[in-house]
Amino acid sequence: MASAEARIAGRRPAPSRLLLIAVALLFLGLFLVLPLLVVFVQALAKGASAYVAAICDPVAWAAVKLTLTVAAIAVPCNLVFGVAAAWAIAKFEFRGKSTLITLIDLPFAVSPVIAGLVFILLFGSHGWFGGYLRVHHIRVVFAVPGIVLATIFVTFPFIARELIPVMQAQGKDDEETALSLGATGWQTFWRVTLPNIRWGLMYGVLLCNARAMGEFGAVSVVSGHIRGLTNTMPLHIEILYNEYNYTAAFAVASLLALLALLTLAGKSFLEWRQPELRHAVAQARDRTRRENT
Amino acid sequence: MIEHNGRRFALTLIVILMGSAAHAAASTLLNVSYDPTRELYEDYNKAFAAYWKGKTGDTVRVNQSHGGSGKQARSVIDGLEADVVTLALAYDIDALAIPGGLIPANWQTRLPDNSTPYTSTIVFLVRKGNPKNIHDWSDLVRPGVSVITPSPKTSGGARWNYLAAWAWALKQPGGNDVTAEAFVKKLYHNVPVLDSGARGATVTFVERGIGDALLAWENEAYLAVKELGPAKFDIVAPSLSIVAEPPVSIVDQNVDQHGTRKVAEEYLKYLYSKQGQEIAAKHFYRPRDPAVAARYATQFANIPQLVTIDAVFGGWARAQATHFADHGTFDRIYGQ
Repeated sequence: MASAEARIAGRRPAPSRLLLIAVALLFLGLFLVLPLLVVFVQALAKGASAYVAAICDPVAWAAVKLTLTVAAIAVPCNLVFGVAAAWAIAKFEFRGKSTLITLIDLPFAVSPVIAGLVFILLFGSHGWFGGYLRVHHIRVVFAVPGIVLATIFVTFPFIARELIPVMQAQGKDDEETALSLGATGWQTFWRVTLPNIRWGLMYGVLLCNARAMGEFGAVSVVSGHIRGLTNTMPLHIEILYNEYNYTAAFAVASLLALLALLTLAGKSFLEWRQPELRHAVAQARDRTRRENT
Repeated sequence: MIEHNGRRFALTLIVILMGSAAHAAASTLLNVSYDPTRELYEDYNKAFAAYWKGKTGDTVRVNQSHGGSGKQARSVIDGLEADVVTLALAYDIDALAIPGGLIPANWQTRLPDNSTPYTSTIVFLVRKGNPKNIHDWSDLVRPGVSVITPSPKTSGGARWNYLAAWAWALKQPGGNDVTAEAFVKKLYHNVPVLDSGARGATVTFVERGIGDALLAWENEAYLAVKELGPAKFDIVAPSLSIVAEPPVSIVDQNVDQHGTRKVAEEYLKYLYSKQGQEIAAKHFYRPRDPAVAARYATQFANIPQLVTIDAVFGGWARAQATHFADHGTFDRIYGQ
């Protein structure tokens, strides 16, 4: 496969190949690298001390903490759901399976603003559960729980979508072997299924995390925008920008961009490790098979 | 590894929960306000906290939420637990009285001056040197003049802009509702983009450089000049403008639930004190107190004729129904 590609590429005349590469790089530079660079340039426009002061501002810190807290709750929730859903879909046949797959994709299709409004309609004062929540002094929307719910909704598909193809490709032979050799369901999950999917799983977690930290629309609707309490980093950046506080806005934006870059670095690392690992898994499987026969 | 992280996560959660429990012990207020008051209340909250500490020995922390006035009122109706609302116009606070039942219908009579401790008006912000020669409302409808104003559907300030333009047209020789509508229609014909809030419109004008004139709250215009440098913009005072009254109220249902009625009431009353009025004036809101107003008189735009919404439009309820409700005059003007 790889050598076939090389042959095709080799036959193509050099100038057009160079042109294609140049166009791609130009595009990448103009639309991805340049904006990212602008964020950091603007953040440091008034010097390093202004940058540090902007980031050490307690309200900015509250936003950073809230963003990390929300991601720390939303990602594990979607991790559990994603694994369960992918397992059910990949390894079992049941009625309504295609409906479930479609439902998982729903958050991709629905605008985030609508996702936010749905929670206002459910948990707002005049929503379905509004009266009950009010009587029991429970705050959902315009408080942290609402932000977590909206984030979970928006990042719902990432892990499941990542795992379903991986699990389907692996089939259920390994699990059936483990079960037939006397392993319990849990043992099978921990020792066979999980190791098989762990790179796909981590990849999904990273994507889910990146979106959870960066979500703006849905969170904006349910946040209530209370300074220092319910503003996540993206919301806080918008507020700073609207307050003519450009340096601080871009300083916080650069932090968010750094978090995203870290996530991307993690993703590249996984991609780099994955082939090696697939190879290792395959070897281990061959070895087990030889030992068993 | 996973187990270790799980334990640390649980610990983090506990710390966060305990942290918020400790916060709840202190007396806090939530002031839900409109867009341009951020800087005003940032200062005022500090002054009030010091005053309250001196008077009662208690500490009070005031949290702020800002956004378009109509949107903020909507959030309070939907459950944003504001102790006080300080919005751009009475109509948005009226909205809390009727469907939500959050405040009594007579809320505006509870504090002096229609519950409006400070006023503002509508002025024009133009590029330095006034290259398009804009001096009054009539200049805004000239071909080739681009005007920035937010959408009156969502922004309180935008409704004041619209009404000020209408009032000016009415007061011209031979002016009536028909000529006023024709004038306002021509004006909106020159508006290339409708932002949803006053601050968004200001950013469009000053930061993105779109438009020749920004219709703005007087305080917002002066703040933009102060923040971004007098070298870039001039303020133009038209011959006639409207007295914009951004009123305040406690939210009865919420203060009773939070047990914060006393401190919330005092928070609003203190706006009328000498110190509260001084802070408002410093942020370019026109103070009600005559002595403070006299001291700051020179910093405000000199507008020969200022009209009120009650005198020209018969109050907010009528102005809203005629102009801004669905299928009202604005829809007719802008839809065509």
